[in-house]
Amino acid sequence: MDYGFTTAAYVVAAILFILSLGGLSGQESAKRAVWYGIAGMALAIFATLIGPGAGYWLLSLVLIAAGGIIGYQLATKVQMTQMPELVAAMHSLVGLAAVFVGFIAHFEIGNVAAALAAGTATDLGNFGLLIAKKEAVEINILQVELFLGIFIGAVTFTGSVIAYGKLAGRVNSAATKLPGGHLLNASAAGLSLICLIWYVNTGGFLPLFLMTLAALFIGYHLIMGIGGADMPVVVSMLNSYSGWAAAAIGFSLGNDLLIVVGALVGSSGAILSYIMCKAMNRSFVSVILGGFGGTSGPQMEVEGEQIAIEADGVAAALNEADSIVIIPGYGMAVAQAQQGVAELTRKLRAAGKTVRFAIHPVAGRLPGHMNVLLAEAKVPYDIVLEMDEINDDFPDTDVAIVIGSNDIVNPAAQDDPNSPIAGMPVLECWKAKQVFVSKRGQGTGYSGIENPLFFKENTRMFYGDAKASIDKLLPMID
Amino acid sequence: MTPDSALMLQKLGHTCIIETGAGVAAGFADADYAEAGVEIAKTAAALWKAADVVAKVRAPEEVEVKRLRDGQTLISLINPGANAELLEAAAKKGSTVVAMDMVPRISRAQKMDVLSSMANIAGYRAVIEAGNNFGRFFTGQITAAGKVPPAKVLVVGAGVAGLAAVGTSTSLGAITYAFDVRPEVAEQIESMGAEFVYLDFEEEQQDGSASGGYASVSSPEFREAQLAKFRELAPEMDIVITTALIPNREAPELWTEDMVAAMKSGSVIVDLAAERGGNCKLTVKDEKIVTDNGVTIVGYTDFPSRMATQASTLFATNIRHMLTDLTPGKDGVINHNMEDDVIRGATVTHAKEVTFPPPPPKVAAIAAAPKKQAAKELTPAEKREAEVAAFKAQTKSQVTLLVVGAVLLLAVGLVAPASFMQHFIVFVLSVFVGFQVIWGVAHSLHTPLMAVTNAISSIIILGALVQIGSGSFLVIVLAAISVFMTGINIFGGFLVTRRMLAMFQKS
Repeated sequence: MDYGFTTAAYVVAAILFILSLGGLSGQESAKRAVWYGIAGMALAIFATLIGPGAGYWLLSLVLIAAGGIIGYQLATKVQMTQMPELVAAMHSLVGLAAVFVGFIAHFEIGNVAAALAAGTATDLGNFGLLIAKKEAVEINILQVELFLGIFIGAVTFTGSVIAYGKLAGRVNSAATKLPGGHLLNASAAGLSLICLIWYVNTGGFLPLFLMTLAALFIGYHLIMGIGGADMPVVVSMLNSYSGWAAAAIGFSLGNDLLIVVGALVGSSGAILSYIMCKAMNRSFVSVILGGFGGTSGPQMEVEGEQIAIEADGVAAALNEADSIVIIPGYGMAVAQAQQGVAELTRKLRAAGKTVRFAIHPVAGRLPGHMNVLLAEAKVPYDIVLEMDEINDDFPDTDVAIVIGSNDIVNPAAQDDPNSPIAGMPVLECWKAKQVFVSKRGQGTGYSGIENPLFFKENTRMFYGDAKASIDKLLPMID
Repeated sequence: MTPDSALMLQKLGHTCIIETGAGVAAGFADADYAEAGVEIAKTAAALWKAADVVAKVRAPEEVEVKRLRDGQTLISLINPGANAELLEAAAKKGSTVVAMDMVPRISRAQKMDVLSSMANIAGYRAVIEAGNNFGRFFTGQITAAGKVPPAKVLVVGAGVAGLAAVGTSTSLGAITYAFDVRPEVAEQIESMGAEFVYLDFEEEQQDGSASGGYASVSSPEFREAQLAKFRELAPEMDIVITTALIPNREAPELWTEDMVAAMKSGSVIVDLAAERGGNCKLTVKDEKIVTDNGVTIVGYTDFPSRMATQASTLFATNIRHMLTDLTPGKDGVINHNMEDDVIRGATVTHAKEVTFPPPPPKVAAIAAAPKKQAAKELTPAEKREAEVAAFKAQTKSQVTLLVVGAVLLLAVGLVAPASFMQHFIVFVLSVFVGFQVIWGVAHSLHTPLMAVTNAISSIIILGALVQIGSGSFLVIVLAAISVFMTGINIFGGFLVTRRMLAMFQKS
């Protein structure tokens, strides 16, 4: 087969991928959209396998099948609460693959140069032929491209591994930095830049390898310095990076489909990061550099005390209420309480009450994390609302239940200009007639900020593990 | 004055005198008063002579005005708007006259608001009178002797009297409807257990609080809509209680003759506005009549007197509160403070001058309902202007972005070789498409989005596939590992996305 067919197949595949992403605009069309993506991928692989340059296609197929089996196992076994880990882990694979492909391209350049010198340039592969035709300037550009691809890929790889570790609880999720902090990152980046110049001039493997080590370090150190609750941003950022890495590799291989898909994924991740940052009212840089920005003055003193309540009190209030809003957070995911919450919802709805869910964009550890958990527990998606859709309804709400979220319901974001989260959009649950907060203990949230909500007159604290609390509550609802 | 309030008054440092037999009609004997330490005056004249402050119910008669003397204070209902001569005479005498019906309607003065007290009684009594003339139960019952439907009561005008009537009627078990021109009282009506009769009428209603909580005159169109609604209700209603009054005007006609004609035989109308001509034109003041079709119309105006004990107790308490305000030192000395809003408002003559009408109180009677900010309606022209401005701003920012982008592209194009530019253009277009498409993704599907982008970013497998066949062993190993890893990713990513999406269900 010649170029023509492969290129045509790539165009079709690119269109299928675009449709696949576009279809995610609605729950129903999304179900169809996945198939577009699968078809696009199958077509792209098929066209490449039968296209020019590919060899060992039996080996390739076997490897894909083997990978497929593992992927199938992973996909079917994973708990929905573990989605963030899975996504992070998968990013790391893409990153590593980008690094390897970049290395291969480098070796190829060397091979081609050697072959050209020896005058045996006839037996080169497809990619080799492509290189052989290039002039010196183009080779330089090629080198920059693959250098970038490897750099981004390496950052993605270690970054994702660390993100996975933090999300899976294998690495301490608190923000930790090596002494030297961001200076270390900066010097690693500087080292990479020097390597780039060195590499372009000499074409040797050493600068490439050094840069890879530096990039691996940056990925590791950058993500170590970011705390658990900023993970939504981190994961979507890594998502973006894996796309850009693919695009950079696509440039160096001269493969348009790689470029197209890389750009799609890259912009998707970038937009997700932007949405997450906006939901936290923080700039992307401040999230990535870790920690919260400085405050301009003393925080407001919180007055009053936290009043605890037992399950029977909550049940009585729920039985009387007509309209209920549930605000889930990461705590619900940690406690695996989503099934209990869904059961509670079913019971309350059966009793003719209006039950809705309010989802803050950064609730959980992954964009849209809560939606997926609730969907898993068979909570219908049309009662799961976004922050902007439901915030105006709180004054008419009888009972708001906060399950395992903290900063996203913190009134200080609106009331206290000195609060570190001042200006962050929050769910105004305190405007409901009554608020119950299911929480493990009296500690502060991820940001370490006292939450005045817990001290409000209409707030009652329902202490205990979220799952145990909800299970205690269930039999008392009639 | 009741024996109870006399005790309270004595605590303020006053001595109390009462005309003999004054409390008999209300069920208080002279002996009860004597026991409470009240001196009994043999005649009215003796009382007028002895007392520094005289409190009575009705406006003074001529004889009584003559008995007034310099420095004496009279507290009673006066209706000063209609009794100018009386005021003149009293002012000439040098006495201070406090009109209980002029107490301003502010929260602080509610405790001495006689009108409210009396209206409350009138509202209650109106229902009782209606029940007295109505041949059925109020409440619905299912008895061995058959089923009794509940009575349906319509209360027109939800002022103090109207609300009292609503409360009484619902507590007797009747199905109660209430209407008022002020839509803001709907909540009060519903809180009393009645159903508010909504008019299907769109009009900017004047905020009732602007007129001190009283109803104001409504437009002819509104009136028509209102009458049409009543006409519709008339055949169903067993009892109609009308309480609609507009200050200083004749009572509006709300219950027309044809409505009366449409009512069932045995129905009752109680017209609390009878004193001002009545809300129903058939009403005869101070009398009970029965129309040709058997509808009883009660036009009594003396409801408080029909409940003398209750009326006296409430009135005495109102008077006592007024006196409490007049003797701030609790030393039995009247200190007539004309700076006080309440006292100033109620005083109609003081220091030889007529002080009616009073200046408007400093405190607004009822806090004006906060104007709804959101209701700021833009005119179509303004809207267009805003749209045009927004459009221009958008165009500007877009053009700037495009220009910057284009310049950057051109700059790259100047130095980069053609083979690079080809790919670069594909790249830029893809980023553009990506941004356009991703903004449309639903928030709730962000996790599936990540999983699916993850799967398709494994497209990097193509890079490994085209290279696996060429070159050295090292290349083959690296490529093979890449293919294997991306294989995991492709299958894992797509499958998990499918799994997630299958879970999203509509209720």
